[in-house]
Amino acid sequence: MKDTDVRQGTLALMVLRTLDVLGPLHGYGIARRIEQISGDLLTVNQGTLYPVLLKLTQEGSIGSEWGASENNRKARFYKLTRQGRKQLQAEARFWEQTTTIMERFVAAKAEDLQ
Amino acid sequence: MKALRRFFRRLTSWTTSARDEEFLRAEFDDHVAMQAAEYVRDGLPPEEARRQALLKFGSVEAIKESYRDQRSLPLLDTLARDTRHALRRFRKNPVFTAAVVLTLALGIGGNTAIFGVIESVLIRPLPYPDAEALVGVWHTAPGMSAADPRMNCSPSMYFTYRDENRTFQHFGVWRFGVAPVTGAGEPELSRALMVTHGVLDALDVKPLLGRWFSQADDTPASAETVILTHGYWGRRFLGDSSVIGRTMIINARPHTVIGVMPESFEFSRNAREPELILPLRLERPRSLGTFAFQGIARLRPGVTLTQANADLARMLEVWLRSWPSPRGLDSAVFLNARFAPQIQPLKQEIVGNAGTMLWVVMGTLAMVLLIACANVASLLLVDAEVRGPELAVRAALGAGWRRIAGQLLAESMTLGLLGGALGLGPAYLGLKILAAHGPSTLPRLNEISFDPWVLAFAFGASLLSGALAGIIPLAKYARPPAAALRTVGRTFSQTRERHRARNTLVVVQVALALVLLVGAGLMIRTFQQLRAMQPGFTQPETIHIVRSSIPETVAKEPARAMRMWQEILDKIAAIPGVTSVGLAGQVPLEAQLGFRNRQRLDAERPTLEGRPRNTSVEMRLIAPSFFKTMGTRIIVGRDFTWPDLYEHRHVAIVSDNLARAWWGGPRAALGQRVRESSIAPWREVVGVVEDVYDDGVHVPAPEFAYLPALMDRHLVFDNEFVLRGATVAIRSERAGTESLLGEARNAIWSVNGRQPVFSFVNTVGQLYDQSMARTSFTLIILAIVGGMALLLGIVGIYGVIAYAVSQRTREIGLRMALGARPATMLPVFLRQGLLLAAIGVGVGLAAAVGLTRLMSSLLFGVAAVDPLTYAAVSALLMAAAVLASYVPARRAMAIDPVEALRAE
Repeated sequence: MKDTDVRQGTLALMVLRTLDVLGPLHGYGIARRIEQISGDLLTVNQGTLYPVLLKLTQEGSIGSEWGASENNRKARFYKLTRQGRKQLQAEARFWEQTTTIMERFVAAKAEDLQ
Repeated sequence: MKALRRFFRRLTSWTTSARDEEFLRAEFDDHVAMQAAEYVRDGLPPEEARRQALLKFGSVEAIKESYRDQRSLPLLDTLARDTRHALRRFRKNPVFTAAVVLTLALGIGGNTAIFGVIESVLIRPLPYPDAEALVGVWHTAPGMSAADPRMNCSPSMYFTYRDENRTFQHFGVWRFGVAPVTGAGEPELSRALMVTHGVLDALDVKPLLGRWFSQADDTPASAETVILTHGYWGRRFLGDSSVIGRTMIINARPHTVIGVMPESFEFSRNAREPELILPLRLERPRSLGTFAFQGIARLRPGVTLTQANADLARMLEVWLRSWPSPRGLDSAVFLNARFAPQIQPLKQEIVGNAGTMLWVVMGTLAMVLLIACANVASLLLVDAEVRGPELAVRAALGAGWRRIAGQLLAESMTLGLLGGALGLGPAYLGLKILAAHGPSTLPRLNEISFDPWVLAFAFGASLLSGALAGIIPLAKYARPPAAALRTVGRTFSQTRERHRARNTLVVVQVALALVLLVGAGLMIRTFQQLRAMQPGFTQPETIHIVRSSIPETVAKEPARAMRMWQEILDKIAAIPGVTSVGLAGQVPLEAQLGFRNRQRLDAERPTLEGRPRNTSVEMRLIAPSFFKTMGTRIIVGRDFTWPDLYEHRHVAIVSDNLARAWWGGPRAALGQRVRESSIAPWREVVGVVEDVYDDGVHVPAPEFAYLPALMDRHLVFDNEFVLRGATVAIRSERAGTESLLGEARNAIWSVNGRQPVFSFVNTVGQLYDQSMARTSFTLIILAIVGGMALLLGIVGIYGVIAYAVSQRTREIGLRMALGARPATMLPVFLRQGLLLAAIGVGVGLAAAVGLTRLMSSLLFGVAAVDPLTYAAVSALLMAAAVLASYVPARRAMAIDPVEALRAE
């Protein structure tokens, strides 16, 4: 698995989760939330978010419509679709399992592995 | 599922691409603006806030690029761009484009049409369920007749195979026949298919109404039944579904209609589809019997042809042991016949040798397409040459050579597709014409249709020819930049290497054209030879033929039936415009409609050494003046007379070739004696007539024995025998007209109103044309194709010479300025054109010797390597080459030196 694949995969999950929790948001909003939540751990360019948004749209996980932003400018708002919600659940479960397994391995002492 | 949805979104994204791009920019602008606003709130000055925001966003262009790549399919984008570019270039060069596209359209169209025929006739399975399991059951018996060792089935074989086989799921035998239908409406002779139980079961086509024949229907002495075909049901009963259970009078006996076949049911797959299906009701025979039936079987699942043939070989042993030889025939005849099985797929039996003709036609059309591709490649080469500097500069500026190659290929493929699209018109038209006017001897003609496979073929052929035409300029001009740049600015020089490709193309074109023209020439010679043959009858277009029959219910006694025939002949002879009337079992060439009467004949004393005493001949029963009506020359002796018939005189007339085979010549044959079996009387040969080409002039004339239409004993029959179903031949200038047919029919009905009359075709001339149909069809196609090839070849030579002249304008001007006379320039270019043509002709002759051998089965009276044809075609091509070079070469002479030197 290439580095970009991982990042795109995780980024997609973060986008879905953000939209799930906060409801419809525009691109900038999504980027800000992800930054806030991940702290400074995720130092990617905000722009890389857009190809991910496109991919999710093409897959039918999110939809978008035009609306007014806080400062009354026209902005594209993304929101989770029903299929996106399903995908989020499935992927969240997958990540939980993966992280649990990885945690155990990382935390395991030498004798546990023998 | 997700991936698929995404793929389609990407595939269709071009529909929204312009708008998407705009939205994306707006979205990015918003994003940066919001981030900047936030930084301003954090206390940064606006300038710095915007800079930071942009930095944070990352490279807008890079993101856009990655966004675009995700949005659509990049490969498709490039392709679309190249295609658009190509189309734009074509619009700027309409003449060039039209020339290329039209050339390709003709080539692709022609190939597509013929592929449509091949697909329908040869490739598509027969329209029966699991058609692969259907086979025709044949035998070979080289000991019976060395010339035509194929033997079909006898009734005893039917019973043996039916009871003993281990490999057939269903088995039955059938033959074509005619069935006189009387009763309601006009009496008529219907085309009938006579089958045993098992034939329809093998074909497995369910009836539309009613049921198939049961074993009981096929048993003698049970109630008689009939099944109607869809066409007959529609014509005679107007599609009335209450027809089941009704009674029809066939052969003067009541038959109950038990079923109607669906419209899709076809049997003969040519113009002579049966109308009625009747059970054969074979009696258990008393002997090995006569071979008059065709066998058909459906193999059990998993059984191979080899296994089936082995099974048949085993059953042949059983058969030879189980039945006695027929009365009057020596059993040694059967033991020495060397019967062997020959089971073959039903499709092969139906398609027959039509395959050769179709493949030859397809091959020639493929060659035309190749010539067309060569022409297009030649045009593209010139085009690429003109663009050479442009391409080289682009390559030097960093365009990958793959990219340039891709573009060149996209151009030629687009041309190919345009040509193919335009070619669909002619292809569709051609297919329709072929289906409507193709030779009626071509089987499955009515199944020809324009289906997805044909479309796929056209698409494939378009891409292939586009690629083929594009590959040569590609190899020359899409190469690494350093090499390409070197050619820039050298337009003046005339390097050998530059023209090698085009010269090669011209040579290939001339060679292909020669092969095609030789093919066409050979067909013309074949046609001439066929036309020059004396067929054994004269002016067939003035012989009208009518079939009729006198069943036992009308005239039980043979002599009475014969008198009725004579009365009918007299009445018809009295019709104005009729010069002569004859009566025979069938007339020459009628055998191709499916009737044949091959019988054994013994000679009492063959005088030639080593000739067998018996042979298989075509036996024809005739009445007096048949030969006179047909125009068949009596070489020695006399025609039959009416007293010969009524007094049961034991006389016979034989054909010239039979007389030569047994007695060394016509004269020696007179007074010799022949008979059909040991219980038939010896008959004295009273006349010898010229050979009649009964199966068409392309097939050797069979040996004939003519016997009187009324005899005391015939073959193995004990009692008086008369010809009941017969063809009346009417020699008249009015042959082929409805009025003559009407008057002839009235004459027949005035003698007997219950007698059915039928006219399969109008004149012997039509039969003659039918027998030539395959040759004339191939001839016409090859002539068209050869003409196209010649034209394309001329255009090719012309193009090369004209281009050479235009390239060397300056050189010519220089020479003339230095004192060369215009006339000296002419031979320079003529020589170039002729040299190319000569090499092409040389290569073509070698290829033709190899390739024309493939069509030797279509030729008649001319060898595949026919010096005259080869010489004539070579001369024609050289003459065309002179013409094609002369016209542009003359232009070189007309060059004004001043203009030419100023041109560069």
